[in-house]
Amino acid sequence: MTWYSIDTWIVIVGILAAVSCALLGNFLVLRKMSMMGDAISHAVLPGLAMAFLITGARASVTMFIGATLVGVLTAIFTQWVSRFGKVDEGASMGIVFTTLFALGLLLIVQAANHVDLDPSCVLYGAIELTPLDVVWRLQVFGSVLEVPRAVIILAPVCGVNLLCVVLFFKELRISSFDSELAATMGINTNLIHYMLMTLVAITTVAAFEAVGSIIVIAMLIVPAAAAHLLTDRLDMMVIISVILAAIAAVLGHVSAILLPSWMGFDPALVDATSTSGMMAVVAGLIFTVVLFCAPRHGVLVKKFRQLDVVADSENTIG
Amino acid sequence: MFEPSEILDVLLLRNYNTRLVVICTMLLGCACGLMGGFLLLRKRSLMGDTLSHATLPGVCLAFFVGVMLGGQGKSLPLLLFGATVTGVLGCAAVLFIRNHSRIKDDAAMGIVLSVFFGAGVALLTMVTKLPDGAAAGLESFIYGKTASMVLSDFRLLVVVTVCVLLLSVLLFKEFRLLCFDEVYAAAQGWPVKWLDILLLALVTAVTVAGLQAVGLILIIAFLITPAAAARFWTDRLDQMLCLSAVIGGVSGWLGASVSALIPNMPAGALIVLVAAFLFLCSMLFGIERGVLVRFMRQLKLKRSVGRQHLLRALYEILEADGQRMDGVSLRAVPFRQLRGRRTWTDRQLRYCLRRAYHQGLIGPVSKNDAILLTQAGLDAAAQVTRNHRLWELYLIEYADVATCRVDRDADEVEHVLGEKLVALLEEKLIKLRTANDLAVPASPHPIKPGD
Repeated sequence: MTWYSIDTWIVIVGILAAVSCALLGNFLVLRKMSMMGDAISHAVLPGLAMAFLITGARASVTMFIGATLVGVLTAIFTQWVSRFGKVDEGASMGIVFTTLFALGLLLIVQAANHVDLDPSCVLYGAIELTPLDVVWRLQVFGSVLEVPRAVIILAPVCGVNLLCVVLFFKELRISSFDSELAATMGINTNLIHYMLMTLVAITTVAAFEAVGSIIVIAMLIVPAAAAHLLTDRLDMMVIISVILAAIAAVLGHVSAILLPSWMGFDPALVDATSTSGMMAVVAGLIFTVVLFCAPRHGVLVKKFRQLDVVADSENTIG
Repeated sequence: MFEPSEILDVLLLRNYNTRLVVICTMLLGCACGLMGGFLLLRKRSLMGDTLSHATLPGVCLAFFVGVMLGGQGKSLPLLLFGATVTGVLGCAAVLFIRNHSRIKDDAAMGIVLSVFFGAGVALLTMVTKLPDGAAAGLESFIYGKTASMVLSDFRLLVVVTVCVLLLSVLLFKEFRLLCFDEVYAAAQGWPVKWLDILLLALVTAVTVAGLQAVGLILIIAFLITPAAAARFWTDRLDQMLCLSAVIGGVSGWLGASVSALIPNMPAGALIVLVAAFLFLCSMLFGIERGVLVRFMRQLKLKRSVGRQHLLRALYEILEADGQRMDGVSLRAVPFRQLRGRRTWTDRQLRYCLRRAYHQGLIGPVSKNDAILLTQAGLDAAAQVTRNHRLWELYLIEYADVATCRVDRDADEVEHVLGEKLVALLEEKLIKLRTANDLAVPASPHPIKPGD
């Protein structure tokens, strides 16, 4: 395995994306809205298409704004359908995002006669290519540091997420665990909800544009769920999820390089596989280990505890 | 733009070119609608989403196996088999996580979706880097090819639809129990776990059969939207499932037909939009849980509560003047005094007064803003006040009684409680009477009149 400076940048981009998502994911998992990232990353298609149709160019700023707006709209519509129609939250999410996606598809097909705006290309940005898109050259200790565009997009997003989570930690915590209590304490739970949804939309759009939607969906849920099994304290859960996300990002890229030779492919033909896919897989493996071996909530521990209880009761009866 | 006959030809399936596509999407819509109904009630609507993503690694692995066995790799039965295997594995993983940890359904589905899809993407990347190009177009497997369905797709869909239909009719009772009360079903000795897996296996079959025919997003929408739409029309499971299948079929039929008529309109997207439109209509106009119906019900309740509050407030003000055996004496009550009886705003009270006037319960509001009950209004007020107090006493005396026996409408105390109990309650109320004899007994917990 050879490691280039490109690989370092890929890992940095991966860590930034994973950490931004994991920070917010904790609250999504606790609020039982884990699928929001999936829904938003599909639903933004009409936003992208509209931005494109209006400006006529693939300028990333307008597309970013359009996508984020539609992402927030997805959350709003989901809440409307589930509140006014009294539909199950998951179902209303599914209805909203499939409808928006279909709308986006129609718009793109109408526009696609003269442009290349490929939905699968929009949805699956490639993390492997991010280091090639350099916008910033830094002089550090005499050597030139080429900072990729994805880092410049994702670093502020990560910072904003961190800032919001730290500043509004109390509000987020109370409204995630007990929204009625939060309301009686004078916290505007609706505001907190939409703040979270806006952050999720911004993060989703920024991350999937740079590195692909699969990282977003995986990192929003998997590290947070694993951390949820490891601790009962929310602050610890956030910290653990961030660490797990970073680990998954690093190991994901390493295994993406190593996997093809493990599977017996000729390294000359298949040099590496998809980093984002492997990041999700590594996160899944971490989750599996945690699921079985977590000290208090793990499957194995629970099984042993059950056996203990059975043995104890047999002893006392005997 | 179009000849009417042309439109009719497509809609009535007389056009040979579009017939197959329209029939296939209809069949798929019916099967998905049926399965979606169960998923919705199990609060697992997004399972279709998870499942359809979880098929990707199966498709790639099946391709590997095919190549290793020296075959072409792209044989449809093998790919379908692979998709089904990882689909079922994904379902099993969701169930395992949900049942054996404190991770909830939604997070379990998200985990399985992203991890399986990630594995699929990783495998697919390797497959497409293989030199012989045999894997070209493998990813289109998950995005569908609605417009180019062939006879083999049709056969597959017919088989799957018939199986799904048969099994859900045969196991209707079991699935219903599973949907509404899983714990009770387990206590009754039903193999709940296996029923759950069977249900999800059926969903997997529908998803896999549909995926390569119409694509991922359409399957997800088909599994959720028709069922959610049907839910607004009925509270009965059998009716809901039939309706859901019909809505799914109609969306498939209309969407595919329109797509066949207008160029440059992808069928999948149109079908999703038709289904979403049907959902929106159902949400607004559904006769059981629709937004309008619920709004009307709420309005009716608000009016009836307002009427009772008004009558009781008026009666209690008159009662405070002094009572005789034959009732209270009528007089005009100033608006401000009435306003102070309850926490209602001027506008709410004026609205109640206007309605009461139209019902002939009170006379017109006089120039100096006073309200006078009519004789009919006085009778109604005495009745309402008596019944309210009976309810209050009942709830105080029989606090252990199930709240479901409490009818919040004070008009019908006898209907709910039975005459014997009412007589007993009245006896108790009489004991509460003050030295003066009252036509309507005093409240068990007197409220101080404000203002």
